[in-house]
Amino acid sequence: MSERAPSPPAEPEPGVVEERLAEFARILRARGARVGTGDLIRAQRALATVDPGDPRRARFALKATLCASPADRAAFDEAFAAWMGEAPLELEEPFDPEAIAPPRVLGVKGERPPLLTAGEEDLRPAAWSDLEILAQKDFAEYTDAERALAQRLMREIASRGPLRLSRRTRATRQRTRMPDPRATLRASLRHAGEPFERRWRTLRHRRRPLILVVDVSGSMAPYSRMLLQYAQAAVAAHARCEAFAFGTRLTRLTADLRGRDPDAALRRAAAALTDWSGGTRIGAALGTLNREHGGRIGRGAVVAILSDGWDRGDPEELRDEVARLQRCAHALIWLNPLKASPGYEPLTRGMRAALPYVDAFLAANNLASLAELAALLEGGLDGAR
Amino acid sequence: MADEKRKPDLTSPDAVREALAGAGYLADEELAVATYLALELGEPLLLEGEPGVGKTALAKALAELSGARLIRLQCHEGIDVHSALYDWDYPRQLLAVRAAEGGASTADLFREEFLLRRPLLDAIESDEPVVLLIDEIDRADDEFEAFLLELLSDFQVTIPELGTVKAKQRPVVVLTSNRTRELHDALKRRCLYHWISHPSPEREAEIVRAHLPDVGDDIARRVCEAVARLRAADLYKAPGIGEAIAWARALSLLDDPALEPTLGVALKVREDIERVVESGVLEGV
Repeated sequence: MSERAPSPPAEPEPGVVEERLAEFARILRARGARVGTGDLIRAQRALATVDPGDPRRARFALKATLCASPADRAAFDEAFAAWMGEAPLELEEPFDPEAIAPPRVLGVKGERPPLLTAGEEDLRPAAWSDLEILAQKDFAEYTDAERALAQRLMREIASRGPLRLSRRTRATRQRTRMPDPRATLRASLRHAGEPFERRWRTLRHRRRPLILVVDVSGSMAPYSRMLLQYAQAAVAAHARCEAFAFGTRLTRLTADLRGRDPDAALRRAAAALTDWSGGTRIGAALGTLNREHGGRIGRGAVVAILSDGWDRGDPEELRDEVARLQRCAHALIWLNPLKASPGYEPLTRGMRAALPYVDAFLAANNLASLAELAALLEGGLDGAR
Repeated sequence: MADEKRKPDLTSPDAVREALAGAGYLADEELAVATYLALELGEPLLLEGEPGVGKTALAKALAELSGARLIRLQCHEGIDVHSALYDWDYPRQLLAVRAAEGGASTADLFREEFLLRRPLLDAIESDEPVVLLIDEIDRADDEFEAFLLELLSDFQVTIPELGTVKAKQRPVVVLTSNRTRELHDALKRRCLYHWISHPSPEREAEIVRAHLPDVGDDIARRVCEAVARLRAADLYKAPGIGEAIAWARALSLLDDPALEPTLGVALKVREDIERVVESGVLEGV
């Protein structure tokens, strides 16, 4: 091994480094970073290779071993300051999430959804027709119990998403344009090396990235809770789904919405949103999406904006950003809860500015309309474009 | 290949930084520490950052300064074991089967002479020092990521027909990602992580001068000041260091080195160019 620059001034007592590191890991974890025991061992090895008399170096070494994303790095800087006693350690609970998360009518988490369980009599639909009625009912008129009842249907709908051809292949019995030399060779060994049996491959399907952008401004209040639930179910169902929410500014919710427990996920999302039920600046929010997350969109993603189009920002900005979004995305879908109401016409400035650039314009006011979205995502998108 | 070139001093972050500078790569202190750790601990280094901040260039500089061979695996959608690790030469195998007139067995066919080595196998089997660059890992899919995970933890691979191949020496591994999607946590945990951000205008001017020794000081400084303003200007596509270098080279060729008429060297989106011209972002540079 290479020799090291100046030897440590005083060897710390054994165990002290480990203890201090464990304490640091606790602070880091409290700030949302994921730090495992393996990471700590690596961190300790990394610390041993740098000059312990130099706190900057120690800090960089720890950063390289313990961080795995820009978010981790932000948490790291705060945690490091707290650890070194440079800043007070605050772990505040910023927001009362109970106000937003759906009520837990179902009892214990992980229990089967109420449609199939006995007990909770009043929650159980009497017949299939009840589900039909629920599917047609406007989200704004939902009671808490119905909201809970809708969760399973919502999950089913959200598990359907856009597909596209992958560059990967699989073996097939049908004759295609893609020969399978490996399988043909193996088969030829049975016929004294004559490739009598020719084998073929075909392209596989895989998920196309889906980006959901949910409007959580004041005018969307009757719908945003259910639409966020839809976003949560979609993010949980497939890895290539991203969720954003906006009022006056854009917030990425994908990481918050992931996880097995939907209620906890929605609580995290609510805590992350600072502009819940406030004003709307759609153009600015989509601008942020275009600029900061352009890379996620440019790879053939389907973008769905769930908003009523009430906009207090500059309509020209909105038009430009929607146009840009449509050019970069595979398809742009606008879902407006108001579209379902009889006699609806897209008269709001924002909606009028955006519509020319939208590939498909759908309602989003009940489960049936979300099922329509799922059907469009699965099959009809090429026609929409 | 002089001996002193093959054994540069890499025994401290400062030495690494100096050696990188010698290879034309100006790293900041944090990156130097991360690189030093990657070399010292023998762990892969995962670099994330905006396009054009010098992620790939670091791997090239590492190879140059240590006299190692650079093996580059450019990831793409649908990349699989057969394009990354190995494949069999089927046409030749078929010919061999027919030449043997039915006497060929599986063991005769799946021998090293029919093996096609792809970059990863090349890197593992190499006798000489190797820098393995796995470029734009975010373009590959999760199946390939899972395969890499296995490779990067043991530095050995199993080819079903031949057996296990173990690395003769651990290659220096650099992975880059443009962060168009989140990499799997498990892969990140195997690597040292470093986020490269855009350099300050002063450092960027140094980088431009290092690449273009013939370009005047004033042009380098003006270009980097302009590029810094463009990055702050909320554009769809901010220019990277590569664009700054190209811009400086372009200006040095002109008799009248004006910034706005040559904006097309740095910005490639029409709306961005219009916005910069209209809002006067570059005024006074």
